[in-house]
Amino acid sequence: MHNKSLPELSTALHSGEISSVELTQHYLDRINKYNGDLNAFITVTDDRALEQAKAADKLLADKKAGPLTGIPLAHKDIFCTKGVRTSCASKMLDKFVAPYDATIVEKIDAAGMVTLGKTNMDEFAMGSSNETSYYGPVKNPWDTNCVPGGSSGGSAAAMAARLAPIATGTDTGGSIRQPASLCNLTGLKPTYGRISRYGMIAFASSLDQAGPMANSAEDAAWLMNVMSGFDERDSTSVDRDVPDYTASLNDSLEGLTIGLPKEYFGEGLDSKVAAVVETAIKQYESMGAKLKEITLPNTALAVPTYYVVAPAECSSNLSRMDGVRFGHRVEDPKDLMDLYTRSRGEGFGEEVKRRIMIGTYALSAGYYDAYYLKAQQCRRLIRDDFLKAFEDVDVIMGPSAPTPAFRFGEKTDDPVAMYMEDIYTINVNLAGIPGMSIPAGFIDGMPVGLQIIGNYFDEARLLNIAHKYQQETDWHKQMPEAFK
Amino acid sequence: MSLDKHDVEKIAHLARLSIQEDDIPHYARDLNNILNLVEQMSAVDTSDILPMAHPLDATQRLRPDAVTEVNQREAFQAIAPKTDAGVYLVPKVIE
Repeated sequence: MHNKSLPELSTALHSGEISSVELTQHYLDRINKYNGDLNAFITVTDDRALEQAKAADKLLADKKAGPLTGIPLAHKDIFCTKGVRTSCASKMLDKFVAPYDATIVEKIDAAGMVTLGKTNMDEFAMGSSNETSYYGPVKNPWDTNCVPGGSSGGSAAAMAARLAPIATGTDTGGSIRQPASLCNLTGLKPTYGRISRYGMIAFASSLDQAGPMANSAEDAAWLMNVMSGFDERDSTSVDRDVPDYTASLNDSLEGLTIGLPKEYFGEGLDSKVAAVVETAIKQYESMGAKLKEITLPNTALAVPTYYVVAPAECSSNLSRMDGVRFGHRVEDPKDLMDLYTRSRGEGFGEEVKRRIMIGTYALSAGYYDAYYLKAQQCRRLIRDDFLKAFEDVDVIMGPSAPTPAFRFGEKTDDPVAMYMEDIYTINVNLAGIPGMSIPAGFIDGMPVGLQIIGNYFDEARLLNIAHKYQQETDWHKQMPEAFK
Repeated sequence: MSLDKHDVEKIAHLARLSIQEDDIPHYARDLNNILNLVEQMSAVDTSDILPMAHPLDATQRLRPDAVTEVNQREAFQAIAPKTDAGVYLVPKVIE
C-alpha cells in the first residue's frame, strides 16, 4: 500500500478498494514501527489523523471528494497547525501550540488530506544535515549512519522510508532539494511568492519558500495544485494564475535546450556525483533535448552573499522570540533584560545563535553598507546571471548537492564546511527562481540527485521535464531495503 | 578584520543573547570563519549595482483599511508564559 503513487491511491480510495481510515492506519503503523529508529517525526497526530480520515471517508462515500481526499501527508514542523505543537525543532517553541493554521495547512485540510504528524528538521530550518534539531538528529533510511540532509530532513527520511505518501518542506537555501537528493526524492522549491508563507515560521523572509517532497514529479504536481496560489495574508505572495500542474506532465521534450553551467561541474564536486549527473543529462539528450554549455560567473558569490542576507533576516525575524508572549521563558528572571537574554540563550541552539549574531553584526551601525548592502548588490549579480542564461536555454541542469549523504558529526565542527553543502542550491533562492531535485542514480548504495532549475514561474515545465525522465528511468522507485 | 572577545560580547548583547563565558572563544572562532567566507564578496566591484531587496522587485501591496481580524486575546494568551487580567507579565521595569 505504501508503494503507490498519489493517483493510484486516489483511484483506490474513490473506487472503495481501500478506505482512508485503513490507509491512514497503515501509515501510522509504519510510523510506529520505524520512527524510533529514524526520528523523522517530532509529533505524530494519530487521533486527529484518524478523525480526518473518517471525515474523508464520509466525503468519498457521499461522492463529494476531491482528487486528494483521504490521502495522508506529513508536514514539516515549521508550518503552524492549530491546536498541535509547532516546534520548529527548537527548545524555544517546545511547548508552542499554534493558535492558527498556516495557509497551506488550511488548503491541504480543505482538500481532504489527512495529516499524519509534524516532521523533524534543523532548528528554525538552519542546517543542512538535520543535526541542529532540539529533538535530535534524523537518520537517513538509506544508511542510518548518515544524515538525511536538511533542513527538511524529517520529511525526507519519512518519505524515503515510506512513512508518508507525500510531505511538505521548505527551502531557504536548499532545504528541500538537498535532502531530496540525499534521500532519493523528488523535491520542488517553487518561485518565491508562488506558495503562501503565512503561518510558516519565518527564517529568511526574502528567501523562504514552501514546496512538496514526493516520490515522483507526478505526485509533486498533484500537491502543487493544492499548495500554490495567491494569499492576501502574505504580503509577498504573487497574484498570478495557477496552472494545472498535472496537465503538462507529458508534454514533449523535443527542442528543449538544457544549459549546463560550467561552474556546477568544477572544483568541489565529487567526481562520482558528476558522473551520475552527466549520465542523467545524456539521457535527456537521447530524449530529444539539446545541451548547451553556459556560464553563471557569480556562482562562487552565492554562499558568501547568502550568509549575510539569511542571517540578517533571521536576526530580525527571531527577535520576536523574546520569552514574553510565547515560547520559552527562563525561570526567575531578575529584570527584563535578564528575561530576554537568558530566555533566548537557553531557548536557541548553537547554530541559531551563530546566525543571529552574524546577522546582528552585519546590520549593526557602521557595518550595514559593507555587509547587507554589498550582499544585496551581489544578489542582483547572481540573479542577472540566471536571467542572461535563460535568454539562450529553457532550463539549467546540474548536481543538487556536491556529495551523497555524509556521516553524522562529519561537518558539525566546521560551520563553513556545512554551508558548502548548499553551493548548487543557494543561488536559486537568492534569485527567487524555481528549482527541483530528482533521483538520478546511486553511488555505493547512496542516492544522488539531479537539479533542474527554471525561470520564474516555470514550475509546470520543471515538473514536465522531471516526469518525462521518470517515465524512462526507475531511480525514483528505488526504496531502502530495510524499510520495504 | 577579526572579532575578539569584547566584540562577541557586544554582538551578543545587541542580539539579546546570553552566552556562557567559556563559549566565547569558540563563538569568536566560528563567527570569524563565517566572516572570512563572507569577505569573498569584496572580490567583485559592485559600485554601480542597484541593491536587490526582493527577488521579484515587487513593491509592498496595499489593502483597504478595513477590519479583518477579530480579537483572539484569550487564544493568544493561552500560550503565553505569564499573563494576568489580560496583560502579559514581565519583571518590573519602572520603580
